[in-house]
This record gives sequence, structure tokens and C-alpha cells, in this order.
Amino acid sequence: MKPFNKFESKFIPFPFVNVDTDQIIPKQFLKLTQKTGFGKYLFYDWRYEEDGQPKKDFVLNKSQYFNRQILLTLDNFGSGSSREHAVWALSDYGFKAIISTSFADIFYSNCIKNGLLPITLPKPQINYLFKNKDLSVEIDLDNQEIKLMENSIHKKFKFQIDKSKKMMLIAGLDEIGMTLQLDSEITKYEKNNINCLV
Amino acid sequence: MSSLFEKIWENHIVYTTKNNESINSGSSLLYIDRHLIHEVTSPQAFDGLRTNGRRVRRPDLTFATMDHNVPTTERNLPIADQISENQIRTLRENCNEFGIKLYDLDHPNQGIVHVIGPELGITLPGTTIVCGDSHTATHGAFGAFAFGIGTSEVEHVLATQCLWLSKPKDIAINFVGRSKNTHAISSKDMILSLIRKIGIGGGKGAVLEYQGEIIKSLSMEQRMTICNMSIEAGARAGLIVPDTETFNYLRDREYSPKGEIYEKMVDHWRENLTTDNNAKFDRIIDIDITNLAPQVSWGTNPSMTVDVTETVPSPDEFAKGNEHEKNAAIRALEYMKLKPGTPITDIHIDRVFIGSCTNSRLEDLIEASIVVKGKKVSGKVRALIVPGSQMVKLQAEKLGLDKIFKESGFEWRDSGCSMCLGMNPDILSSGERCASTSNRNFEGRQGKGGITHLVSPIMAAAAAIEGHFVDVRELI
Repeated sequence: MKPFNKFESKFIPFPFVNVDTDQIIPKQFLKLTQKTGFGKYLFYDWRYEEDGQPKKDFVLNKSQYFNRQILLTLDNFGSGSSREHAVWALSDYGFKAIISTSFADIFYSNCIKNGLLPITLPKPQINYLFKNKDLSVEIDLDNQEIKLMENSIHKKFKFQIDKSKKMMLIAGLDEIGMTLQLDSEITKYEKNNINCLV
Repeated sequence: MSSLFEKIWENHIVYTTKNNESINSGSSLLYIDRHLIHEVTSPQAFDGLRTNGRRVRRPDLTFATMDHNVPTTERNLPIADQISENQIRTLRENCNEFGIKLYDLDHPNQGIVHVIGPELGITLPGTTIVCGDSHTATHGAFGAFAFGIGTSEVEHVLATQCLWLSKPKDIAINFVGRSKNTHAISSKDMILSLIRKIGIGGGKGAVLEYQGEIIKSLSMEQRMTICNMSIEAGARAGLIVPDTETFNYLRDREYSPKGEIYEKMVDHWRENLTTDNNAKFDRIIDIDITNLAPQVSWGTNPSMTVDVTETVPSPDEFAKGNEHEKNAAIRALEYMKLKPGTPITDIHIDRVFIGSCTNSRLEDLIEASIVVKGKKVSGKVRALIVPGSQMVKLQAEKLGLDKIFKESGFEWRDSGCSMCLGMNPDILSSGERCASTSNRNFEGRQGKGGITHLVSPIMAAAAAIEGHFVDVRELI
């Protein structure tokens, strides 16, 4: 996993609640056996007409929102299916962070494993961002803050993230490799708990 | 004093980090007793193992089957969809390479992963069970801590047989009262009414323990339906304290311990796998089911559900002042092609799907067969029965259910996830409206532009006969 570095970008406003992973990446794209190339299928049914032409009124298809690396959205983003393909699609499209009032559990965990930063902010701050949708912001994970790059005002929104998840993202660590260092603990557990094992 | 979940959690801690450790502080490394895998969420995990030269730590605790995109007809023929065929072949090759037991397409035990786990006794009380599938909470019906994971975590479990987890919250769902018509009101109606009440994010970050006298009176199949849909309330997992019903179900299953050893384990489970009377929960939610009616979803998430006797709500009625929920309801009504005020029983359907990991077990099929026996599926409806496993199919055929369904005009298929998510050829066409016993009514879930109404098996069966939703209490 690539280390997560500080970056600056404008965001894409996506004012929907409960966006499920079936919408993020529809099932017909789950048949692929690799992790790459899912970006072009992101939000497929919302993004394209029947004939494959981009829907003009869909936010990702509007030129002013091209190349933005942050998605700004609402409650319970990523609900439903556990498909990690949803995160692979968001990352592959170019997103580095998603800001929302809340995330679904499995989706949140999938983001962390793929270097996509899920940021939870309180409603008033989310509303502020939606009202100022052409703001450029700097995402600083190390200091756990979003710096709003306005002309005169220098606002900062602090955000919370589990210390271990932050470390994983910043270092771009291989979690499996770390767990394997605890091999003796795992073996000890297995020796002491054979009851339920086949 | 602890809850069942806390006891299972404590029993499975391999290692807990100290707060000053920089990596995974505050999380516990949890041992995983059973890992179920299928063709859709595993290929990238196996690739990861190969890239890093890693092995599967416990192939003996790992079980595989193909269910998500398998055809439900003509299994003897090659699979027409080449991309599906490739994914299925990849699972076969990976299981072969890493020494994992696979229930292949032609195996008599093939089926939906959450149907065959319990059926084979792979699922046991007090265990931790994971699968790269959000409906893994199904196994919680047996008093297991079972939860869905992503592909990176599948890889982690394959390599280490463990997972790092922060301890979820513990919520008690206390079902009170007794329904007036126990035959017509199913456990599907109970879980839909819960999701309707607490919303699809209501259980976020938590394990739900389902309690109450009514829960104890449910069969294992009915309990699985409830636990299965815990994720639709946003919960990490759902579980039920095991009892005699549980132990009887699992006795003599293929992987269950046998004879005296099993009886000793039952004694151990009975004593240890309980929730203490004064166990502390983060929240207790009471659900009174005395007046519960059959539930029918009208929108594009499972909380958008009403009684069959009600009408389609207006966005304002649904949203109760929440502007974003109101917008979601407006969008949902447009997608569902429904007008507020329409009686649910006036909604006509084109398709019926009885199947999925929620409602495809023998008891579900028996219940549905009682409703359709001697009657004909409406001329305007195409109806499909997809048993949850080949074993369920065989058992149903021994009872003659296949004949009842076929004589009524239902199609009788081989097992798989089928039209629950439409990864195989079983999909709705755009605009087709379906009464479905599955778990998700998201936009496009059963096929692009397809319209899904979630109901119980008997409600789906009755709708197939009448061509529109009916209050099944009038029939039973």
C-alpha cells in the first residue's frame, strides 16, 4: 500500500444519504479477478445512459468537477454489500479521501486497507462545505485536520481517526506482514483452544 | 457479568495491543474459527498471497463454494457467461493450489455459503465465523460471532487465521408480545419491522443480540432469517443465545462433533454460551410484535417498509422532518414508479423470487408451498423458486414440493444466490416489478431498472397467485 501523503484538492459534492455499494459499483463488474481498472465503472448506473453515453446532469460528468480527489457526501456512505470493489473503484477513479457524516462499518474498514481516507465530520461542518463547494482544502492526516484554503480566512476542521488506522495509512503498511510477526502468539492460542476446531 | 457476544470475544483474543504500541493500539487480534469463501470476493485475496509468497495458515478451517454467479439451470452445460466461468474456474484453481475444501458446482452439498455452513455443521455455537459477504451474520443464529469482511480481510484471515478488530458495541433487541397469527407473521416480518424502526444505520458499529420469548420459540431457519438481515440495520453482526433447538439442529451434521463428544460440548455450550441476567448493553431496543402485520418494502432500502394494510407513504411521512431522507424518498418513489397513497394491495407484480440466503431453506419452501398448493400462478406473473442449497432442493423434492410448485406454474431451479443480486442470468428487466424474499431492494439490485419489494416467503407465494400483494393473514 502506498503511504498516504498530505494533499490539496477541491471536492465533489455528493449530497445523498445511505449510498450503498451496489450504486458505487454495480454487480456486473464484480466478476473481474483483479483489483485494478474499476474506476471507469464507478457509479455506473447513475453515471451512464443506457447506450453508455455519460449522463450530462450527473456530477462526475460535469467538467468543473473533473480531477477532484475528494468526495463529500452524507450519512451511512457505503452501506450494504461488503464488496471491496467499491473502494477499488473510488481509488482507481482518483479519490484519495471521502468526507461524510458517517460510513458503513465494512466499507470504512475496506477504505483503510486500500489507502483511501474516510473522514467523519459533524453535520454543521459538512453543511459548511456543501455551501462552499468550490473551496480547495488540504487534507493533513498527520495533524488530523482539513485546512480550508479560502482567500482571507484560514479555517481548520479537526477530525478523529483511530491511532492505529492513521499509522497504517501514513506508513502504507502491510498489515498481514505485521500480524505474521505475532506467529508465536497465534500458535500458542491454537494449542490452547482446540475445542471448536475441526 | 457479560453478554454472549462479550464471552465469545474474550474467548478469541489472541493478542491485545497496549495503548503505547503504535500499531493497532486499542484493537485486539481475534482468532477466526471458520472462514467461508466464495468466487466473487476471494480471487484478489489469493493473488495477494501468491504475490507475497504466503500460504493459507489453516486450510482445514476454510471452506469454499461457488454461489454468487452460478447458473440455476442446465448445470451440465458449460457456463455461457465467460467472465463468470473464469471467476468460477479461478476459485477452483485457488482451492486446489492452497488445499481448501471446495463444494463445487456439481457437488451435492453446493449451495449459498450461508445455507451450507449450518447445514454441514461447519457453523457451531461460540465460534467466530467470517466470510467475504455481508450476510455472514446469518450464522449468529447459532450463537456464533459471525460477520462479513472485505477482500483485504479475506487475505488477512487466509494468511493468519486472525483479524484485528476494535470491539463493537452490544445492543439488545428485545422482541416482546406474541403475534395473533403466528403462521402468517414470519421472522422476515419481525426483522423488517426492526429495520423500519431503527433505520439502515441504526445498528452501526454494533452486534445485535436478539432476545425475547418469541425468539426462543423460533426454528433455526427463522432465527437465521433474522440474523441474516442484521447488516440491513447496519450492524456488524447479530446473534441469538443457543438452546436445545440449536443443539438438536446441529447434532449429526457432517462436521459437527459426534456422539459423546458432541453431548459434552452441548453441556459446555449450555453452561457457558449465555447472556448473564445483569449483562450490560450499550442500548436495549424493545420491539412489540403483538400487532405486527406482514411487511412489504416500498422503496430502495430495507427501512422503506410498511404494513401490507397500509399505503405507500409520502416523502414527508417517511422523512419525519429530515430533509435528506425526504430527498431519498422522492428519488425512491420515482425509481419504484409508485405514488404516495397507493394501497400496497393495489401494487401489481410481474415477477416473484423465492430464494436467497435470507429465505431459501426447507421451512421457507414448505410454508410457501402451503399457500400455492392447488392454485395457479397468475397469468401475468413469472415466478421462480431457487432453493438455498442442493441439499435443500433434494429434501424439498423428497417432500414433493417441486411438484406442487411446478404444477402451480413456478420454475424450480438449482441452488445459488440467483436473483437476489442478479450476477447470474436470473435478473429483472428494466421496469419489471418483483415480490422477492431476498434482503436488499437497492436500485438495480435485481437487474438494472428492476423494481424490488421485500417480503416473506408466504407473502411472495400469495402475490404470485393473486398477481398483486395480498394480506396473507386472510389466506392462512
